[in-house]
Amino acid sequence: MPEVYDVVVIGAGVVGTAVARLLSHHHLEVALLDAGADIGAGTSKANTAILHTGFDATPGSLESRLVARGYALLNDYAPNVGIAIEPLGALLVAWDDEQAASLNASAEKAVANGYRSASLIDAQSVYELEPQLASGARGAMVVPDEFIIDPWSTPLAFAKEAIANGVIWLPNHSVTKLDRSNDITVISTAEQHTLRARCVVNAAGLHSDDVHALFGLAGFTVRPRRGELIVFDKLARSLLSHTILPVPTSHTKGVLVAPTVFGNIMLGPTADDIDDKTATGSTRAGIDALLAKGQRILPALLHEEVTAVYAGLRAATQHSDYQISHDPTLGYVCLGGIRSTGLTASMALAEEALALLQRCGLVATPKASDELRSIRVTNLGEAFARPYQGGSSGAIVCHCERTTSNEIVEACTVAPTATTLDGIRRRTRALSGRCQGFYCSAEVCALAANASGKPMSEWLGNQ
Amino acid sequence: MTAASHSSVDVAIIGGGPAGLSAALALHQLGITNVVVLERETQAGGVPRHTEHLGYGIRDLHRVTTGPRYSAELRKRVEAAGITVRVGTTAVDWLDDTTLQIADATGLSTIAARCVVLATGVRERPRAARLVAGDRGAGIFTTGSLQQLTANHHQRPGKRALIVGAEHVSFSALLTLRHAGCDVVAMVTPLPRHQSYAALRALTAQRHRVPIITDTNVAEIHGRKRVEAVTLTDGQRIECDTVVFTGDWIPDNELARRGGIDIDIASRSPVVDGSWRTNRRGVFAIGNLIHPAETADICALDGRNVANAVAGWMATNNWPTDPLRIVVEHPISWISPGAVQPRAAAALKHFTLRVSEPVADATICVTQNGAVLWRSRRPRRLVPNRSISISASWLTKVDPAGSDINVTLNVGQPHK
Ligand SMILES: Cc1cc2nc3c(=O)[nH]c(=O)nc-3n(C[C@H](O)[C@H](O)[C@H](O)COP(=O)(O)OP(=O)(O)OC[C@H]3O[C@@H](n4cnc5c(N)ncnc54)[C@H](O)[C@@H]3O)c2cc1C
Ligand SMILES: Cc1cc2nc3c(=O)[nH]c(=O)nc-3n(C[C@H](O)[C@H](O)[C@H](O)COP(=O)(O)OP(=O)(O)OC[C@H]3O[C@@H](n4cnc5c(N)ncnc54)[C@H](O)[C@@H]3O)c2cc1C
Repeated sequence: MPEVYDVVVIGAGVVGTAVARLLSHHHLEVALLDAGADIGAGTSKANTAILHTGFDATPGSLESRLVARGYALLNDYAPNVGIAIEPLGALLVAWDDEQAASLNASAEKAVANGYRSASLIDAQSVYELEPQLASGARGAMVVPDEFIIDPWSTPLAFAKEAIANGVIWLPNHSVTKLDRSNDITVISTAEQHTLRARCVVNAAGLHSDDVHALFGLAGFTVRPRRGELIVFDKLARSLLSHTILPVPTSHTKGVLVAPTVFGNIMLGPTADDIDDKTATGSTRAGIDALLAKGQRILPALLHEEVTAVYAGLRAATQHSDYQISHDPTLGYVCLGGIRSTGLTASMALAEEALALLQRCGLVATPKASDELRSIRVTNLGEAFARPYQGGSSGAIVCHCERTTSNEIVEACTVAPTATTLDGIRRRTRALSGRCQGFYCSAEVCALAANASGKPMSEWLGNQ
Repeated sequence: MTAASHSSVDVAIIGGGPAGLSAALALHQLGITNVVVLERETQAGGVPRHTEHLGYGIRDLHRVTTGPRYSAELRKRVEAAGITVRVGTTAVDWLDDTTLQIADATGLSTIAARCVVLATGVRERPRAARLVAGDRGAGIFTTGSLQQLTANHHQRPGKRALIVGAEHVSFSALLTLRHAGCDVVAMVTPLPRHQSYAALRALTAQRHRVPIITDTNVAEIHGRKRVEAVTLTDGQRIECDTVVFTGDWIPDNELARRGGIDIDIASRSPVVDGSWRTNRRGVFAIGNLIHPAETADICALDGRNVANAVAGWMATNNWPTDPLRIVVEHPISWISPGAVQPRAAAALKHFTLRVSEPVADATICVTQNGAVLWRSRRPRRLVPNRSISISASWLTKVDPAGSDINVTLNVGQPHK
């Protein structure tokens, strides 16, 4: 461990890991730390996994620019490392006259955001594309480039690549204090660690305002906006071939019905402003509201089995745009308030962070290409070849998701390692299927215990 | 990827539980020996392997034994007969009517069969499928996942458990929890009473002083890291660190659905006729897959009985289509088999059905075109989650040219 890091990145969500990855391509000493035991275990694990074109952003905003740029970067990167992407496209469906009338405005907004491939279609064409939709659609805007992506493998690939290129990954580091003197920031954690860094990047998601305040800075407050989601079993996937988006309101993107790369259909999210930054439980009211929406959009969906119900918290602030700032005297870059498009924008946010760090005086010399180590993640996409089909990955352990024993072992032994069953789930899909472990939970736990040296009881307690 | 290998058999049985293994044995006795049983787990035997209590084998082995012993006995018989059981082998998809794509540790390959018997069993609906709100801390199980942990790995699931459900399997969960050193604070059921046998309840819930809370359900689970408490729909809060969701069966119907096989809307089982034929030519279905869920011996008897039907199909190549469907009405939720072939002789002796609410003093009525084919009064209360058996004797009276068959319950009164 170096005496002084060039950069410490606080927060290992999709944003922080993307930043760490880009920094690892330079001759820099970098640490990536997170309050939790794993990467990608905050908001980044609980989203609707759409690679947004940004067609509906506020034109001229930071978000508009970074979503468009992030889309291009991630769409290029993902296939190279094994992150599943499916080019499905979306339909923004109007269900009443008012919505139908606003489709034109949506089309104009898309153009203002630099997106030119959207087109309007009539109701008949909607049903030709999606025959299972509920009756009553008035027409739609087709957005052919709204893709779906694997949200779990994205931060995992970023972190793996960062670590392979020298970034130090420090889990269980909850930053509680930042002191700046003599151009060095002393970082203290709740677990009594002390680190020193020339520059700090705040990618603390829901807590980006709290970290901001550790430097005595103000300007934005995060008020979590909870989004509940229901995931339906893989047999539902054949009901749809596009993501079905609602006509957006100012408050949220609204409830959508989206296929996932894992082969499921997802219904959600809701949008509730709450005060508790840890309230990721689901609610009766939320579930009922989603089912009612689902019934109005894709009634056949409700006959399918549900495999997961969960909630994610968007880091919403009093401002509509991302809260990005830098302070050269503090050696500080803030990537705060990355509300509902951070997965898409992550790689562009990393570029932005690097540019701002340089403005803070950081000298970042790129490594030569032969100095860079590339990585791959296991492709978890249902539309792609899976390890069980290849015959060299051991027996299938999780039957619903067809995860093999080698995949479980790898999840527990290759950095950044999974430390909980949930971490294994995100790396392998195991335990996320229709039986939720009726057959395999004990077996997965035993394999994990064996591979990690941590007893089964601990794996059970940390589900 | 390894080069896809290909093999062919007369009969491929998918699932090596009591139903599948019994079918293989019965086929063997009829001289049909080019049979393979595909079992995705590392050992055949199915669910009984993990239920370490008595209650198995009554109707097929004619003795009472434990789940592991029962499955060991079936394995022994299958092995003695020299039947091929391929463990660690999953049937993943269909390539044509009766050709399957399979996956094992060497990758993908195919098996062409003249006939396929689906015996893939059932599982319990987990918490998510029941749409229970709240946190997702550790300590949430189904009976299946609980028993695998305790039976195979001797883990203690928790200290204070709440059991959701009060049917046979719920009492099995109770025994497992007690055996693993976990207290059971209560059982909850949305129904007005438990749905098991009085004797079983006496031996378990009463003996261990476990209250059964009726007419309510789990509304919300609290505890971010580990379960801390549960709120019931009646507002009651129960402190516990473990929640076991029991029963609420869903057939493992993925392969059947991928094959376009008709599925009953209520049971989610493949619809079969009295000879266990599905609507897919050459494909039969047996065991809990077609009646979620019965005891293992009943599933084993399906396995025995299907053998004649399989032999008949192999001899004649005759697959009757367009069976008459059996349509049920509330409070009957489903009947199995759900179709009949009036002209074909059926080995079937009984139909099994379920009700969705308790009913006292009911008359079960089978009609076709308004004419009563069969009727039977049931003075004893009919209870949800318990099988209700009715005779198949009326099959001879069915008009082959007539309409679908209706099965109704004429209820004295819905009853608590
Ligand atoms: C319901 C929902 C749907 C969404 N759908 C989409 C979508 O379809 N497409 C899309 O592009 N985006 C979507 N998003 C947005 C996207 O998920 C987020 O923008 C993104 O995950 C934010 O990433 P992050 O790294 O900023 O935050 P997080 O993932 O929350 O990471 C922040 C990390 O910082 C750590 N941390 C916090 N405080 C400290 C501290 N003091 N010390 C150390 N570590 C700390 C936390 O532990 C956490 O791991 C959605 C979001 C939600 C909630
Ligand atoms: C907790 C509990 C307690 C019980 N107690 C009793 C009792 O006391 N007495 C009693 O008689 N019964 C009891 N039962 C019921 C009994 O276990 C079932 O009736 C019986 O197991 C059903 O047999 P089956 O062959 O239909 O299905 P299963 O036993 O479920 O077997 C199905 C098999 O198919 C395999 N399979 C599924 N899909 C595939 C595929 N695609 N490819 C390859 N293989 C596949 C599965 O791995 C499984 O081994 C209990 C059940 C439970 C859960």
